Amino acid sequence: MINENTTYKNKKNPPKSDYTDARKTVICIRDVYKSFGDNHVLNGFDMKLHEGENLVVMGKSGSGKSVMIKCLVGLMSPDSGYIEVMGKEIATLDRQTLDELRSDIGFLFQGSALYDSMTVRENLEFPMRRHKEKLGVVQDTTPLVMEALENVGLAHTIDLMPAELSGGMKRRIALARTLILKPKIILYDEPTSGLDPITAKEIIELMRSIQKKYGTSSLIITHDVDCARVISERMILLVDGINYAEGSYAELSASTDPKVDAFFKK
Amino acid sequence: MVGRIKQFFIQIGELSYFAGRFFKEIFFPPFEFKELLRQCYQMGNRSLVLVGVTGFIIGLVMTLQSRPTLIQFGAVSWMPNMTGISIVREIGPVITALICAGRIASGIGAELGSMRVTEQIDAMEVSGTNPFKYLVVTRILATTLMLPLLVVFGDLVALYGSALVENLKGDVSFQLYFNTVFDALSFGDIVPATIKSFFFGFVIGLVGCYKGYYSKKGTAGVGVAANTAVVMASLLVFVVDFIAVFVSDIFYEL
Ligand SMILES: Nc1ncnc2c1ncn2[C@@H]1O[C@H](COP(=O)(O)OP(=O)(O)OP(=O)(O)O)[C@@H](O)[C@H]1O
Ligand SMILES: [Mg+2]
Repeated sequence: MINENTTYKNKKNPPKSDYTDARKTVICIRDVYKSFGDNHVLNGFDMKLHEGENLVVMGKSGSGKSVMIKCLVGLMSPDSGYIEVMGKEIATLDRQTLDELRSDIGFLFQGSALYDSMTVRENLEFPMRRHKEKLGVVQDTTPLVMEALENVGLAHTIDLMPAELSGGMKRRIALARTLILKPKIILYDEPTSGLDPITAKEIIELMRSIQKKYGTSSLIITHDVDCARVISERMILLVDGINYAEGSYAELSASTDPKVDAFFKK
Repeated sequence: MVGRIKQFFIQIGELSYFAGRFFKEIFFPPFEFKELLRQCYQMGNRSLVLVGVTGFIIGLVMTLQSRPTLIQFGAVSWMPNMTGISIVREIGPVITALICAGRIASGIGAELGSMRVTEQIDAMEVSGTNPFKYLVVTRILATTLMLPLLVVFGDLVALYGSALVENLKGDVSFQLYFNTVFDALSFGDIVPATIKSFFFGFVIGLVGCYKGYYSKKGTAGVGVAANTAVVMASLLVFVVDFIAVFVSDIFYEL
C-alpha cells in the first residue's frame, strides 16, 4: 500500500493528469523539489487529491508542509516539478487566470492571517473585491457575510476588530473568510495548532460540516494525530521531503516502519 | 567592512528594483483609489501636529538666535528675508522630511512588516488582490503627494513663529513681516523646494514599503524593518537634498 500509486518518478512519460480515476483528481503534485540555499525542503514530493476527499498530510515541524501548499497556490514556486490544480498547471498561468483559479481554492493560513487593520466584516468582504462577477453580488454583500459568519457561529462579532477576538475565534473567522467565495478546494494549514483540545474539536467539527454542506475537497495539514484520525479518509506522511508513506489512518498506524510509527506513538 | 559595503550596494540595487516595480504597477489597472485616499488622509492627519509644532519652534529659535548677530551689523531689518528664504528653500522641506521619515517611514515599515510576518500579505495575494498595488503603490503615492502639503504647512507655521518673535522683540507688524517675506521670495525659491519635497515624499514611502514588504520572518524582523526604514529614509533625504541643490544650482547658472 505504501508509496504505491503516486510515484511516477520511474516512468518515462508520466500521465499529465488522471481524470480516468473513479474520482477526479483536483490536485496533482509530481516530483516537486524546493530548497532554500542548502536547506533541501522538498526532494521530489508526489501527491494527489481527489474530488470530495479529505486528505491529511502529516509531517514534523519544519518538514516543508507549509512550503508545499504555498507552492500549490503559487505563493512560492518550486525549483522543479509539476503542479496541477483543477487541470491547470500553476507555473504556466498568467496573473488573471491564476487569480480566477485562486477564487476556487480556499486557503486557511497557519496563523489565521486576519487583516488586523480591518473589522471582521471588512475582512470577509475583502476576497469579494475582485470576484464580484463570480458571486453575482449586486451591491449588498451583507447577506453573504452573515451566511459565512453563521456557518462558523460568530455572527455577533461582525463589527469587532481581530485584536478583540480570541485565538479560536480568529481561526473560525479566518475559516469563514476562506469559505466566502465558496471554494471547491480548501487547503487547511494546521487548522487546530495552538488551540485547546475542545476548541480544536469544534474547528474539526466545523470543517466536517462545511465539507458535507458544500462538498469541497480538503487538504488538511496537521501534526495533530487526533485531528488526523477523525477527519482523514487518506493520509500522507511527509518525511525527508518526500511522500514517505500513504494510506488510511488504520493502515499507517499499524505500520512497523520506525519513521511512520514515530507519528503515532503516544 | 567589505561585506558591509557590498550589503549597502545590494540594498541600493534592490531598492531601485522595487522602485522600478512601483512604476510598472502604477500605470495598470486595477487602481486602488479608495485606499489611496485613506492613506493620504491618515498620513497627513498623523503628521500634521508634529510638523506644526516642530516648524513653529524652528522658526522661533532661528529668529531668536540670529537676532543678536544681525543687530550687531545693523541688519535686523533683513530678518524676514533671511528667515523666509532659508525656511522655504532648505530648512522647511528638510526638517519636515526628517520628521516624516521618523513618523511615516517607520510606521509603514512596521505595518507592512507585521503584515508580512503574519502572512496577511500572502492572504491578500491568494484572495485575488495584488498586495503590491493595494499596499505599496498606494502608500508611496500617498507620501509623495502629502509631503509637499506638509512642507507648505510647516513653512507657514515656521514663518509665523519667526514673525511672532519679530513682533514681540522688534515691533514689526505681522503684515509688514509677511509682505517682506513674500517680496523676498521668488519663483526660483519656491519651485525647486516644492519639486524637492515630492522626491522626499517618494523616498520616504519607498524605503518604508521596501523594508516592510521584505521584512524577515519573526517579530524581531518587524522591529528591524521599522528601525532600518527610519535610518535609510533619513539618509536618503539628505542625499536627495544634496542632488536637488546641485541640480537647481545648475539651473540658476543658466
Ligand atoms: N521563505 C523562506 N525562506 C527560507 N527558508 C524557508 C522559507 N520558508 C520556509 N523555509 C524553511 O523551509 C523549511 C520548512 O518550512 P515550513 O514552514 O514548510 O515547515 P512546516 O512543515 O510547515 O512546519 P510547521 O509545522 O512548524 O508549520 C523550514 O526549515 C524553513 O526554515
Ligand atoms: Mg507550517
